[in-house]
Amino acid sequence: MWYTGIHVVSAKWGSVMSAPAMGTTKTAHSDVAPKKKRGPGALATAYLVIYNVVMTAGWLVIAVGLVRAYLVRGSYHGLYFSIEKPLKFFQTGALLEILHCAVGIVPSSVVLTGFQVLSRVFLTWAVTHSVREVQSEDSVLLFVSAWTITEIIRYSFYTFSLLNHLPYLIKWARYTFFLVLYPMGVTGELLTIYAALPYVQKTGLYSVTLPNKYNFSFDYYTFLILTMVSYIPLFPQLYFHMMRQRKKVLAHVEEYKTE
Amino acid sequence: MSRTTFFERNIGRTRNIGRITVEVLDGRTRQQLCFLDKVEPHATIGEIKSLFHKSYQQLYPARQDLKLDPKGKSLRDDDVLQNLPVGTTATIYFKDLGPQVGWTMVFLAEYLGPLFIYLLFYFRAPYIYSHQDVFTSSPYSVVTLACACHTCHYIKRLIEAIFVHRFSHGTMPLRTIVRNCVYYWAFSAWLAFYINHPLYTPPSYGDMQVNYALAIFVLCELGNFSIHVALNNLKAEGGPKCRRFPHPTKNPFTWLFFFVSCPNYTYEVGAWASFSVMTQCLPVALFTFLAFIQMTIWAKGKHKTYSREFKDYPQLRMPIIPLLL
Repeated sequence: MWYTGIHVVSAKWGSVMSAPAMGTTKTAHSDVAPKKKRGPGALATAYLVIYNVVMTAGWLVIAVGLVRAYLVRGSYHGLYFSIEKPLKFFQTGALLEILHCAVGIVPSSVVLTGFQVLSRVFLTWAVTHSVREVQSEDSVLLFVSAWTITEIIRYSFYTFSLLNHLPYLIKWARYTFFLVLYPMGVTGELLTIYAALPYVQKTGLYSVTLPNKYNFSFDYYTFLILTMVSYIPLFPQLYFHMMRQRKKVLAHVEEYKTE
Repeated sequence: MSRTTFFERNIGRTRNIGRITVEVLDGRTRQQLCFLDKVEPHATIGEIKSLFHKSYQQLYPARQDLKLDPKGKSLRDDDVLQNLPVGTTATIYFKDLGPQVGWTMVFLAEYLGPLFIYLLFYFRAPYIYSHQDVFTSSPYSVVTLACACHTCHYIKRLIEAIFVHRFSHGTMPLRTIVRNCVYYWAFSAWLAFYINHPLYTPPSYGDMQVNYALAIFVLCELGNFSIHVALNNLKAEGGPKCRRFPHPTKNPFTWLFFFVSCPNYTYEVGAWASFSVMTQCLPVALFTFLAFIQMTIWAKGKHKTYSREFKDYPQLRMPIIPLLL
């Protein structure tokens, strides 16, 4: 559900941003001393541009794959299978973004970015990949298409920002499309997890029961339910934060334009 | 420079310093909250806070965060007004830190919780395990031993909180306590659940494993207590102004100070690690691991503070693990 690129929320990319960009989300622990923002050096910038271009291309491949499969089959059911491999590859590749934050070439919070990327990876691998029966569900198409459009916009946004040449259209798209894509993706994700529940319960997938040598138990079924419940407090917070950011970023540009 | 001139200069200085006007503004809205006329220049920030409290009943001094620059550092209670860069009119920015709780209360809340929660599980109170297991007891001696260790650990902490520790700050924000309590209480419930479970499996290497782990646990608890006493004595002798760093004493447990800056954390990790081995319970190991991470962060911070403050700080010392971390 973090695909609207909550990276947006705390990333300040490049040296020129006409907007104050995204502030930081609520961090419960505000005991971190303010760090000096180290922007990326020339080599890091080049690497990041390449990374973002590759990711944009990757998600475009997924988008094209979806459209082609739809045209060939004539229906939108079961399109997941046609883009399964690039989806897994490029979504998993986003793990690198955690590294970027940790190393410091991207001024985002490691924890926040980690949380976002890991939740996406969790849905890709631990739910969709692991529970075969949900792969033909329509809800999968719902979140995959939401992710695809979001990521194409997000990565091209970063690419242009790094090159200090951000078209207003991309910025506008990034801060507007989420209004529809975010709820769309969340719905898809929740429906998919919900669809997976009976199979997880029946097969005891990823679950450990007592008694065992290390006195530990884990019920994946309960875990998935708790995950779904966690959307309730988290989704509105993130959504309204994005809306506030939108107001700030787009309003600021409006001022520029009226001058 | 003659003494006379210096004296004259000083006389002139005291004559020129009159009262200071203090205005307190809200750090965010810049609204004027309080206007204090004719404040003595040798007044402290603590006294300003008391005066401010008179105007705002709910905002007791511990809740007030005062700064000269809204984005700058907070002022200390013992800062004297005339020693600050203020001139004749001082503009101070205020922030509400939210409800505060005294440290002793904090520790009581954080430690009494796990103490009683674990006992609930040990005695198998209703609605935790299945109906036929209510108020039964485990056939394994290690389960009773674990309960004794866990209980003693928290009793020791309570004793230290009440009688041993001296705290530099008076209070802690309410939100932090709630968060800490949830963490401690939930985790102790989780690990107590498994150790006292009817399907609990005792350690693979039997009594040998339990006894060795128990011995290390006891040693670490004694060590941890010794360090707390040593740190407390340091504060008692020196007082707040004279800052010294801790040294090994005659007590062998404090000899760990040769190797680490924060042996209390080292011993704490040791105690929990041995408890994990003693019970052979993965949730306990997980708790130990998380505690280790948090204490390492604290130890590194402390170590850096010591190294920066004392030029003669021993090079051999590491923050938490001898020779390694």
